[in-house]
Amino acid sequence: MARELLKGNVAFAEAAIRAGCEAYFGYPITPQTEALEHMAVRMPELGRTFVQAESEVAAINMVYGAAAAGVRTMTSSSSPGVSLMMEGLSYMAGSEVPAVVVDVMRGGPGLGNIAPAQSDYTQMVKGGGHGDYRQIVLAPASVQELIDHTVLAFDLADRYRIVSVVLADGSLGQMMEGAELPAMRPPRAADASPAWALSGAKGRDTNLISSIHLDPDEEERFNHHLQAKYAAIEAAEIRYEEHLLDDASIAVVAFGTAARLAKTAIAGERAAGVAVGLFRPITLWPFPTDALRDLSERVEAILVVEMNMGQMLEDVQRVVAERCPVGFFGRTGGVMPMPEEIAARIRALAVELGAAVSDAPEEVRT
Amino acid sequence: MTFDVIIAGFGGQGVLFAGQLLAHAALDAGLETTWYPSYGPEMRGGTANCTVVISDEPIGSPVTERPQAAIVMNLPSLVRYEPLVRPGGVLVVNTSLIDRAVERDDIDAIAIPADDVAAELGNPKLTNMVLLGALLARTSALTTAQVGATLERVLPARHHHLLGANHAALARGAELATEAAARDATPTA
Repeated sequence: MARELLKGNVAFAEAAIRAGCEAYFGYPITPQTEALEHMAVRMPELGRTFVQAESEVAAINMVYGAAAAGVRTMTSSSSPGVSLMMEGLSYMAGSEVPAVVVDVMRGGPGLGNIAPAQSDYTQMVKGGGHGDYRQIVLAPASVQELIDHTVLAFDLADRYRIVSVVLADGSLGQMMEGAELPAMRPPRAADASPAWALSGAKGRDTNLISSIHLDPDEEERFNHHLQAKYAAIEAAEIRYEEHLLDDASIAVVAFGTAARLAKTAIAGERAAGVAVGLFRPITLWPFPTDALRDLSERVEAILVVEMNMGQMLEDVQRVVAERCPVGFFGRTGGVMPMPEEIAARIRALAVELGAAVSDAPEEVRT
Repeated sequence: MTFDVIIAGFGGQGVLFAGQLLAHAALDAGLETTWYPSYGPEMRGGTANCTVVISDEPIGSPVTERPQAAIVMNLPSLVRYEPLVRPGGVLVVNTSLIDRAVERDDIDAIAIPADDVAAELGNPKLTNMVLLGALLARTSALTTAQVGATLERVLPARHHHLLGANHAALARGAELATEAAARDATPTA
């Protein structure tokens, strides 16, 4: 496949199709509606299922139903719409059905606005629904990663019978960038449903998909089973990127769009003689705890940059546990932290640490 | 090499398409590129803008507070972006709709009456191509020939009868920008 100029929302929708998504359920909301539009055209073309539901509550329950039937399924939405899905996501965790959710985050709380934000971190990483549950959360920082993470999300969801979330934001959804789509996977054979799925019980014992365990002891045993699964995911599926950290005294920790904004700031500060690099969690859950702890023993200071008021910051502080100072810079409500602002924060930190740097932040960008 | 430009004007002036064409051409040239649109509610009938970054390295930020170049197609865009262009950068001004002069003297300001030029060429929708041609003539990221070739690839076949006019608009914009540069460089007595 050749690299083409692709809009983020269209790119992840097409990637989902090529990864074998058989049923899409959604409801339009800016800034992710192009994904729904793409699905509305492509899914019927391919003889697959597309439903524009009457609300996000309906959409996530349709996903729940399709997933219980062993169908590769997904939904996508943006922050206020995703909030409406929390009950369904909790039920799906309690039923161990696999599905993919793409959240193209926007400014909040409430109806907020349609500009890019990262303020659904806590909701998606910690579980916005009730109960002790986890979902895999992938944080793409480019249109290419939006594609790759969507494909990965389906595979991880199937492998672990879990909900995988691709946590993007309005800027990734709306921007165009050179990227390569994967080849179309052949459709799954009709008799290839997972053994646990509600695929028709003719000639076999019945399956039951449910999240109800009225006996507390039984519910506790089920929770222990979930926790064992989550531990296996934490052992095998952590992903992160280290950028220019070998000799760094300052590490910026950022995910998604904030990380790529920080990369421009870091390039400028590097040119001015500041030993700064980037640590980018790619899986927000499972969180790259060990790698970040190791990093906190090597650097003199950490600066967390987010498009929220410090949601991942709490995880960084928990992991770093005062091994080094942790600063924070965030813009929120749909405002992006510009590279120039991030550079100024890095510079201030470098000066505080006594680094010899040129007078003014360089106007260098890559 | 990293180049960034903001293209701004009223919705309907072809601001977003001009930027997309530039990004497509960058990709065709084997470069990295990002195209970032304004997509707020103000787009409907109001102002629109997009940022295009072109680089031979992976691109970090797709947005910038200090672009190396800007194309401004209406007065609100000139007011907003003139102060932001980097010293030594390029500002292409559509003087058909902007009657205020550029105030800064530390940037390369190119005055192009693009709506009038487009009308002379027979299609008022060519304004964006005239201005894009002017930008390309005074910056080194891509050539008008590269962008013209890309246009042929990305323009839907049903619009291919307009290819000649679009090529002419790019060329005329480039020509006017080059002439203006020559005038600016001529010492006055």
